[in-house]
Amino acid sequence: MILQMKNIRLTREKNKILNNVSVDVPKGSFFVLMGPTGCGKTTLLRVAGMLDKPDFGEILFKGTSLPGKGKKLLQTRRKIATMFQSPVMFSGTILSNIAWGLKIRGVSQVEISRRVEEILTFVGLDGFAKRDASTLSGGERRRTALARALVLEPELLILDEPTTSLDPEFKRDLLVRLKEIHSITGTTFLMATHDFTDALAIGSIGAVMREGFIEQSGSMDDIMFKPENHFMASFTGLRNILHAEFIGSEAKVKHLTVAHAGLKHGSGFLAIPPEVIVLSLSEKATSERNRFSGVVQSIERNGTTWDVTVDVANVSLIAAITTGALNELAISPGSSVHLSFKASAVHLF
Amino acid sequence: MSHLLEAFSIALRMIITGDPVVFSIALRTLLIASTSTLAAALLFIPLGCLIHFNRFRGKRFVVGFIQTMYSVPTVFVGMLVFLMVSRTGPLGSMGLLFSPWAIILGEIVLIAPIMIGLTISALQGMGKGLEDTATALGAGRGTMILKVLTEAKYTMLTSVLMGFGRAVSEVGVAIMVGGNIAGYTRTLTTAIALGVGKGETASSIALGLILLSLAMVVSILVNLLQHGGRK
Repeated sequence: MILQMKNIRLTREKNKILNNVSVDVPKGSFFVLMGPTGCGKTTLLRVAGMLDKPDFGEILFKGTSLPGKGKKLLQTRRKIATMFQSPVMFSGTILSNIAWGLKIRGVSQVEISRRVEEILTFVGLDGFAKRDASTLSGGERRRTALARALVLEPELLILDEPTTSLDPEFKRDLLVRLKEIHSITGTTFLMATHDFTDALAIGSIGAVMREGFIEQSGSMDDIMFKPENHFMASFTGLRNILHAEFIGSEAKVKHLTVAHAGLKHGSGFLAIPPEVIVLSLSEKATSERNRFSGVVQSIERNGTTWDVTVDVANVSLIAAITTGALNELAISPGSSVHLSFKASAVHLF
Repeated sequence: MSHLLEAFSIALRMIITGDPVVFSIALRTLLIASTSTLAAALLFIPLGCLIHFNRFRGKRFVVGFIQTMYSVPTVFVGMLVFLMVSRTGPLGSMGLLFSPWAIILGEIVLIAPIMIGLTISALQGMGKGLEDTATALGAGRGTMILKVLTEAKYTMLTSVLMGFGRAVSEVGVAIMVGGNIAGYTRTLTTAIALGVGKGETASSIALGLILLSLAMVVSILVNLLQHGGRK
């Protein structure tokens, strides 16, 4: 592990911002810290970047506990670089901005020139060296901030919401570049984002935060496909989240009995992704264990697909279908339809 | 009206021909105001930095108090300094009363809140983001402070100029602790006050025009610096 944060607690003006948070960041990973705005991601990153001290808890960098202050702390801090959500540019040129961190480390002018030139090409800012930093667009500013951090060749690069308020084109471009840089340099990345799709696109491992707590951590696949609770299920975009009573491989949702592939007893939640529900006008002979009939309540466009809400024994289930399927079915609110989905497609938590 | 026009034309002539009395007063005013501004800057800009970069209980109250002292009446400061430097005061043995040094001391006290307060405002204006950026790029506390001060240089210079503007145009301190002694402690403002009282309209207008020019130069410089700072 390059960074271990153990039982971190931090209170600001009587508000518990971080509440016993523990996070392990493996060396060389692209670790994504996710969660809604205001959940404590930025504060945790500030603690990780050694900009804020926690009230309680231990931080280990490469297995060694951090000293409270002094030269040793500075030496460790210099192995970490942070790119903030709204990067602040120093007055002067892009060159002087990128060179500043190297200058204060006593790097020679020749070496500074070489590294700055190299990093500008790397982040796609060729020919920008002499541009005044105050004239940069939002995207260029982010890239300059990225170059300013990367030129220091940190062992851990912290990125706080790097794509926020960028237009979609710049956002895609920055994400692709970040992924490239991560694979080329092998630097450990610790990135915070509230955008789950960004996290999925770029991260290999991560943690989801809510109100100062870690809700779930692990591989992105586990976070995506094995949500541990209701919050995680809705955060990952799962819909049709239903409270159920589990009896072995079946779950009772009101008067509806849903078959699933697990073995569970007691109460809990299940989720049925709308994409796995197949709609038909007549009951078909299929191998799917879950087959119901219901009445269409509403049909609404959702991006490129349509959300069809069906009432099944007083339980509302949403099925996502294509425009082609909708035209073929020719259904409208009030139509009777049949629904089917595989037991293995049902998520339990 | 014709009397005024005549006085105005004499005043202009006095300025153009370099009237020795008018210019010695102007020079003395500049010297006194510059000395007090420089001394106040050396003393109180570091104090402003100290307040900004440190956390302590009651900081908000201290900053608020300093800001309310921006408009402290000059006669009040004059009275305080008078009590300090008068023969029975704690600094009485230094013999400062009715000397340029007493005016300098008074002006230092007068512009101290402006220097401290505007320094704090200038540093606050730089934002926490600048401090964080410098720190995140590997700066120790000293290097970070130096970087923030460098970035705030234009705004800080503005506070120095504002202090100079207040010092050069004040009259209460100069008249109370300077005594308005001709050729020794007479400044532009005290000379104007006396000249108007004595009916010396032309010389008063000449002195007034010089004072106005100084105020304008300060204002133009403040604007230029603020523009430079934003660039």
